Amino acid sequence: MHNIVIIGNGISGITTARHVRKLSDHKITVISAETDHFFSRTALMYIYMGHMKYEHTKPYEDWFWKKNRIDLKRAFVEKVDTEGKTLHFSDGETMPYDKLVIATGSKPNKFGWPGQDLEGVQGLYSYQDLESMEANTKNISRAVIVGGGLIGIEMAEMLRSRNIPVTFLVREESFWDNVLPNGESQMINRHIKEHHIDLRLATELKEIVSDENGRVKSIITGTGETIKCEFVGLTAGVSPNIGLLKGSGIETKRGVLVDPFLKTNIDDVYALGDCAEFLEPNGERKNIEQVWYTGRMMGEALARTLCDKPTKYEPGHWFNSAKFLDIEYQTYGWVWAKAKDNENDFYWEHKNGKICLRLRWDKSTGKLLGVNNLGFRLRHHAFDKWFKEGRTVDYVLEHLKDANFDPELYKTYEAEIIAQFNRENGKNIQLKKKSWKRILDFVS
Amino acid sequence: MSTTEPNLSISNPHPEDTDVIQKIALVVACFGVLILLAAWANVALDASVFMPIAIISMIGGTTVYGARSYLKQPEGIKNNGIWHFSLTSRGAFAWAVGILLTGFYILLYWFPGYVGFVQNGENQGLVALFDPLSMAIKGRPASQWFMYGTLYTIAILALGMKFIFKYRHSRYQLIRTISVMIAQLVFAYTIPEILAALNYNDVTTTAGEYVGYYDTDIKNVWPLDYDFFYSYHLDAMQEKAYQPFGMIYLVVGIGLFLIGTPILTYLIGKRWYCSWVCGCGGLAETAGDPFRHLSSKKLSAWTLERWLIHSVMVFVFVMTAVTLYGYFTGASSVFGLDIYSKFQKPYGFFIGAIFSGIIGVGFYPMLGNRVWCRFGCPMAGYMGIIQRFKSRFRITTNGGQCISCGNCSTYCEQGIDVRAYAQKGQNIVRASCVGCGVCSAVCPRGVLKLENGPEEKRYDLPPIIIGNESVKISD
Ligand SMILES: Cc1cc2nc3c(=O)[nH]c(=O)nc-3n(C[C@H](O)[C@H](O)[C@H](O)COP(=O)(O)OP(=O)(O)OC[C@H]3O[C@@H](n4cnc5c(N)ncnc54)[C@H](O)[C@@H]3O)c2cc1C
Ligand code: SF4
Ligand code: SF4
Repeated sequence: MHNIVIIGNGISGITTARHVRKLSDHKITVISAETDHFFSRTALMYIYMGHMKYEHTKPYEDWFWKKNRIDLKRAFVEKVDTEGKTLHFSDGETMPYDKLVIATGSKPNKFGWPGQDLEGVQGLYSYQDLESMEANTKNISRAVIVGGGLIGIEMAEMLRSRNIPVTFLVREESFWDNVLPNGESQMINRHIKEHHIDLRLATELKEIVSDENGRVKSIITGTGETIKCEFVGLTAGVSPNIGLLKGSGIETKRGVLVDPFLKTNIDDVYALGDCAEFLEPNGERKNIEQVWYTGRMMGEALARTLCDKPTKYEPGHWFNSAKFLDIEYQTYGWVWAKAKDNENDFYWEHKNGKICLRLRWDKSTGKLLGVNNLGFRLRHHAFDKWFKEGRTVDYVLEHLKDANFDPELYKTYEAEIIAQFNRENGKNIQLKKKSWKRILDFVS
Repeated sequence: MSTTEPNLSISNPHPEDTDVIQKIALVVACFGVLILLAAWANVALDASVFMPIAIISMIGGTTVYGARSYLKQPEGIKNNGIWHFSLTSRGAFAWAVGILLTGFYILLYWFPGYVGFVQNGENQGLVALFDPLSMAIKGRPASQWFMYGTLYTIAILALGMKFIFKYRHSRYQLIRTISVMIAQLVFAYTIPEILAALNYNDVTTTAGEYVGYYDTDIKNVWPLDYDFFYSYHLDAMQEKAYQPFGMIYLVVGIGLFLIGTPILTYLIGKRWYCSWVCGCGGLAETAGDPFRHLSSKKLSAWTLERWLIHSVMVFVFVMTAVTLYGYFTGASSVFGLDIYSKFQKPYGFFIGAIFSGIIGVGFYPMLGNRVWCRFGCPMAGYMGIIQRFKSRFRITTNGGQCISCGNCSTYCEQGIDVRAYAQKGQNIVRASCVGCGVCSAVCPRGVLKLENGPEEKRYDLPPIIIGNESVKISD
């Protein structure tokens, strides 16, 4: 029986712990400085918006940990001594380990803007950030958000839920256009404005200005415009949270460097989730994967390795999802902001301007490479299977009804989509009826 | 964490945004309620004038208020501030409403005199307010039940309209809500009153002899309608004067229980009843919507649920069996136990009144809107067993996309921990799911889909969540 210690009680650390427990009898300790129990970081916004309370964001009841013999410790790890296999906490305590798992997640980026440490200026990552946002946004007349990514738009939605006027500075020409192709990105621009958010595209932050008490009173944009505000949300991405590893001998670059087994350069030390950086690229994936799903998958793989079943992290076909205010977004496979040279592109948008579908496929083989769907839902199993089977775009469109995942009684768009596809591509694809037999086959 | 100041609004997430029309609509709706309270307090009002004003202002005011509140926002999920408002987060306002509702039920069941009902005399107070309507429909003064039925219907219609505006982006919610509204208005309210008006029910002859009463809400199926097999009820349905309707209700009632319910529940799950037709469900889904998140999701609550609902079910089966035994043999007791005082009366008191009425509705603001449906209703228990073991209905999951946020579990009025299944990529096959579809609506990642399909693979637990090829199913 080993003594496995996991630093970080986020999705990565917790998935590892749960699966180690399923597979073995090892002693498991999970350490976190943030909260006593695992909660869903992705749900932080809903606490602020009053949709949920903190307790609802905890995926397991508090008795779960004891019952599964997963020891929880609330403490901050200051230093890792890999030679003595010991952790040093900020209160001076220590803890020995046989195997160490680093799952310390990320921290918000700050790019050295003047005034970035003023009161009322913050990022949104941790539970503590949420608490300070609660305090910082009381009775304010305007907030400015800097950085047009997923957390930025969430923060804008949070503030709007309390009727706080928001100015949203986005450096890019169009919202999230390094990821979203133009059609989708424009759709979200329009939707942001529909929510009365003052969207400033192609606008950078130059400076945050202090009042006499060290609180933010305004910001100055790259064009020299001053915007009065009492709150600034900095949401220009996140980076691995690995300060505790200084001097430990564990190799790091931006993140903790790991091999495909999530092993670091030091024996018995592993890293995963937001804080891990892969030495070797994994297909088209980034070397640092900062999403919920990948943290979970890495945890599933690492648990096996820790239980003497060495298992590489081998993610399947890429998928992701988000919600931009009221518009849901899902993606399966790869859809780049701009189609690559070998890729064909198809884009359909509903006349209401809030629903769309994009397909990308290989010019020579016709095989589907990726799909973006906004404003309606698609069945993950369908696309996963179609990618695995190397299905062509024609096949996928023919069977699109099998993949519809919208609630029952919703209007469907397949016929309209296929009519446009046929028109634009000189094809004659006929839509097949939904087949439960095929749908059940997706899952086998 | 400290939340914002308590706020008294039920539905409008941005009270600062309330515009003039909204304010007027709110005042109009409150005025309707005020008339009820005034009538209750025996303020001298001309009922034939104030009763229609009350009804129109309550329905009209709520409709306009709902329309203004939601239509000026982009369509989507509107749960902002639910846990900040006093009424919807068990605050002082919630307690006040809960106590008022509970008190109302206690008076209605046991002290109808206090709501103005006068046997063999002129009604007063709240009941008297509805005399003109009752006179117009069936030519006799209102009873406390007529008053209650009217208010119940108004609540479903008015707050159903609000619900429709709130969920206007979801055709599933839209159609389902129209269905419960029509079911209440037509089957539970209008048809029974018309049958009574045409002397097919609840008749007293000119000689002063009471012919009998039977329940003419066709969708109120035994065992929810627990007194269906009581002697008075079976006799009334067989009264000559009430034919053909009495027999139709008898045959359809039994047929719905024995044939209709199992078949429909097999095909589409118990939702056909619980969230599309049923009156209790209708009130829960409309008036109760602002309280759906208050249901407990604890494992212990689920354990309690299974004990309670199945105990009530056994109780109603035994009570009915004994009742039928008494009916056919003429006996008034079984094994020395009096049928009325040992079976029917306790069921009516504890289950019919206290559980389904007082706790079921009175405690909406404390325990959520489906306490009765989840912990008590024997009809739900019966359908639940079918739904769990022999049905095409399930909630399919896109488990890979689940971010374990908890919206689905929080807003499940039946207290199902939907997330526990979704994050494993497992179908949700649960006896208690009423198929309201709200978990699917509030999910921000498109993970949940209510659907009816072959039973094959319905219970499968994927060995690993979709998207991860690290772990092969073979090992
Ligand atoms: C607001 C927000 C919304 C998001 N929404 C989505 C989404 O919709 N979809 C999606 O895929 N991803 C989303 N993400 C990203 C996703 O939440 C992360 O990828 C994921 O939570 C990372 O999990 P993790 O376990 O690797 O790290 P974390 O969840 O960050 O957990 C690390 C834990 O380790 C603790 N820790 C760190 N250092 C120490 C130390 N020295 N001592 C003790 N404890 C320490 C931290 O306090 C933290 O509790 C979102 C992120 C945020 C902030
Ligand atoms: S599981 Fe979903 S559909 Fe079923 S009762 Fe709960 S919220 Fe409604
Ligand atoms: S609401 Fe959706 S994403 Fe959130 S926990 Fe439920 S299924 Fe998962």
